[in-house]
Amino acid sequence: MTNMARTHLDRLENQSVFIFREAYHSFKNVAMPWSMGKDSNVLIWLACKAFFGRVPFPVLHIDTTYEFPEMLEFREWATEHYKLNLVVKINKEARARGVGYETHDPVTVTHELKTVALQQAMAQYGWDALITGIRRDEDPTRAKERCFSPRNAQFEWDYKDQPPEFWGQFATTAGKGEHVRVQPLLDWTEVDIWRYIQRENIPIPQMYFAKNGQRYRSLGCRPITKPIKSNADTIDAIITELETTRTSERAGRAQDHHERNAMQKLRAKGFL
Amino acid sequence: MTNRASSTHDLASSIDPKLRVVFVGHVDHGKSTLIGRILNDTNSLPEGKLEQVQRACAAENMEFEFAFLLDALLEEQEQNITIDTTQIPFKTVKRNYMIIDAPGHKEFLKNMITGAANADAAVLVIAANEGVQEQSKRHAYLLSLLGVQQFCVVVNKMDLTDYSEARFREIEDKYRQFLKTLNLEPRVFIPASARFGENIISPSKKMTWHKGPTVADALDDMAPLAPPVELPLRFCVQDVYKFDERRIIAGRIETGMLRVGDELVFSPANKTSIVQSIESWQPRSDNASGRANNETAIAGDSIGITLREQIFVERGYVGSHSKNAPIETNRFHADLFWIARQPARLSYLYTARLATQEVRCQIVSLDEVMDSSSLERSATKAEQLERNEVGRMTLQTRAPIVLDNHDRVPPLGRFVLVDDGMICGGGIIHGGVYTDRAAVKSKNIFWSEGKINAQARAAQHGHRGAVIWLTGLSGSGKSTIAQALERELFVRAMHPYILDGDNIRHGLNSNLGFSPDDRVENIRRVSEVAKLMSDAGNVVITAFISPYRADRQRARAIAMEGNAEFIEVFVDAPLAVCEERDPKNLYKKARAGEIREFTGIDAPYEAPVDPEIVVQTHQQSVEESVATILERLLPRLK
Repeated sequence: MTNMARTHLDRLENQSVFIFREAYHSFKNVAMPWSMGKDSNVLIWLACKAFFGRVPFPVLHIDTTYEFPEMLEFREWATEHYKLNLVVKINKEARARGVGYETHDPVTVTHELKTVALQQAMAQYGWDALITGIRRDEDPTRAKERCFSPRNAQFEWDYKDQPPEFWGQFATTAGKGEHVRVQPLLDWTEVDIWRYIQRENIPIPQMYFAKNGQRYRSLGCRPITKPIKSNADTIDAIITELETTRTSERAGRAQDHHERNAMQKLRAKGFL
Repeated sequence: MTNRASSTHDLASSIDPKLRVVFVGHVDHGKSTLIGRILNDTNSLPEGKLEQVQRACAAENMEFEFAFLLDALLEEQEQNITIDTTQIPFKTVKRNYMIIDAPGHKEFLKNMITGAANADAAVLVIAANEGVQEQSKRHAYLLSLLGVQQFCVVVNKMDLTDYSEARFREIEDKYRQFLKTLNLEPRVFIPASARFGENIISPSKKMTWHKGPTVADALDDMAPLAPPVELPLRFCVQDVYKFDERRIIAGRIETGMLRVGDELVFSPANKTSIVQSIESWQPRSDNASGRANNETAIAGDSIGITLREQIFVERGYVGSHSKNAPIETNRFHADLFWIARQPARLSYLYTARLATQEVRCQIVSLDEVMDSSSLERSATKAEQLERNEVGRMTLQTRAPIVLDNHDRVPPLGRFVLVDDGMICGGGIIHGGVYTDRAAVKSKNIFWSEGKINAQARAAQHGHRGAVIWLTGLSGSGKSTIAQALERELFVRAMHPYILDGDNIRHGLNSNLGFSPDDRVENIRRVSEVAKLMSDAGNVVITAFISPYRADRQRARAIAMEGNAEFIEVFVDAPLAVCEERDPKNLYKKARAGEIREFTGIDAPYEAPVDPEIVVQTHQQSVEESVATILERLLPRLK
């Protein structure tokens, strides 16, 4: 009976769809940050699966003003393609103060142009839940996350006292000013993401594929995102590359490595 | 000696589900070291990670330990304990794994549960030098409660006992005996030293007396849990979507199998309907075979279906096949483990969540409290259940709950108790109790100080008060719908009450006739009574023709003065249809001139301009009309 079989990807997809629907039911005012990166696009795809072809909440792009032009082009295309309700947020105040990679360290810039921008958007729109595309295997601090992860009004993550999560029951309430990070991709790995993109034929930016001996494995701000040496110009080639590499996915993201525990400090203050 | 590490591109590894394995054990018995060792010896660590941690240790003058590989967070290194559940992937030649590292520290029980409840299999770690300790027992017991069946025991730190077989056997015998009391049967006991890599990936030369598998072999012998398709169907509704013309009932199949054309019974209301379609955005496929399949769905699938008949279904409903339906009750027995700081109290009002159901409930008796480490039961009646204790108890819910015995359908046989949005404990159900109402003790519920206002009443009733104003011609079906609606609300443990000509005209308004002035006064009094009753927390359903817009507007104004929700329902049917029905022969009498100023005949009916809800009784059945009303109404009463 072939119809009894479910693959690893089926199991992940089913779980993610379940989480999406729990979040949509539990919170009045949901939004989904969208970076146009591969995980973000898988998230859009899964939302369409959960809600039968539509993303029934706003999609937020935090525009640091240091975006790759190809990504912005993809943003316009995908917004039209999926009929997204796109909200673009720039921390104009910080840019006006001169905060930028030209003059400041990457941790400061990331905090100001991403986390603070997110706080501004949250204050403006009053969202009580954010659906994020983070995965446990990206970073040790993300490994300890929950599918429903509360943040207090200051955006702080109390990772020492997280709510229990079992039997499909989650922390689905947020107090005033607080919000919950809902993370449907938590159990996925980088290879899972690629296999799923391949299986479902999910549109992604072309920068992930190798050109002239290099490609981007993880995409962030232009000045602090470095390509890796690679000839992987197809998804098959990327999967083969990932199954043999032992370098971490975010190795090319400078803000993670600026100082010891940089990622932990960023995340405790509200970074995704 | 085989190298189990794999770096080849292996397609099968991504098709087969990963084995999720949780590591548990007493604090400091070496779980983290064991995991670090497995990651290292299977080449699963990121490049340079080992060297990086070794350098960090050297810089701080500490001896390197494999456990440090896991403790990537600064705080953990300082405290030297694992503080939360972590998930780490690794792979052997045979398959991919997800390691769930659950902490051993007593106060972190909730993290262990979070990790262990999602596991396919478990590894229990016991240090050879210390032997079976409190948490060795507690964790085994929790695994049995959580339903983790596959597990093996690693007797670690054998290097500290000179790799002694006698010591190993002593621990094995003692622990096996204990596990037997829980009906647990470990697959295998493995003597090991994570620190020195003995019996982890390859057989130990220091313990040649051990003829069994290594840790990696034992893991490879376990299997991911297959979806429970052979159990009775339980389709748990998460939501009902109406994004377009389709009304899609979305949810997850917890157990069993569902096919297009199946007749489903939805509990608690126990209405039946046939599955018309399984909806999906992209064609669903059996990806193992790649073939499209929109006809069948099985346990684990998150799906959406449409039904042939439009019965009322909402979140929390459970779809099943009628010959194998779940129990519906408001009273049941359970074993409950408690993880909140505040103890569980008798009679306190908690929220029980079972699958997607949410029902308010109380512990009505606490029959037995168990110390979860010694597993000694104290049968004396207790008043509360402390953190980390397990109690055998009876619970009573405010509204019917749909459940199964845990040993029959596990996903419908377990629930959590929630207080103020926080999950406080989890329980396993032994069986529904249908009678024995005499044993219900009435105890005071804890009230906050202060005036009892609409909010407090709503909190106690579980819903807000409201006025549902039905209007329509005589014979349009107002009374029939009012009664069916009252019944639907009542079985939801809500507090509905009908005001109609029968109970108003005979008493309160017995001094009123049918003159225009009296009609206006009639409706005014009804409006005032409805306001008071809704303020008292009731859902008042009025069933009067109330033909004049101005009267209904006033009724709305009166209700709103009292901050009551006012919902105008237009019970619409053409005059000809109503006259054809003529249940009380009133139209005939009006036509014959026996009754004067009869609405629709010689008095006008002013149809609502913008009612909250319209039902068309010449096209919709009573059930469909009530379903339409409930769908709009229930969200407004929350």
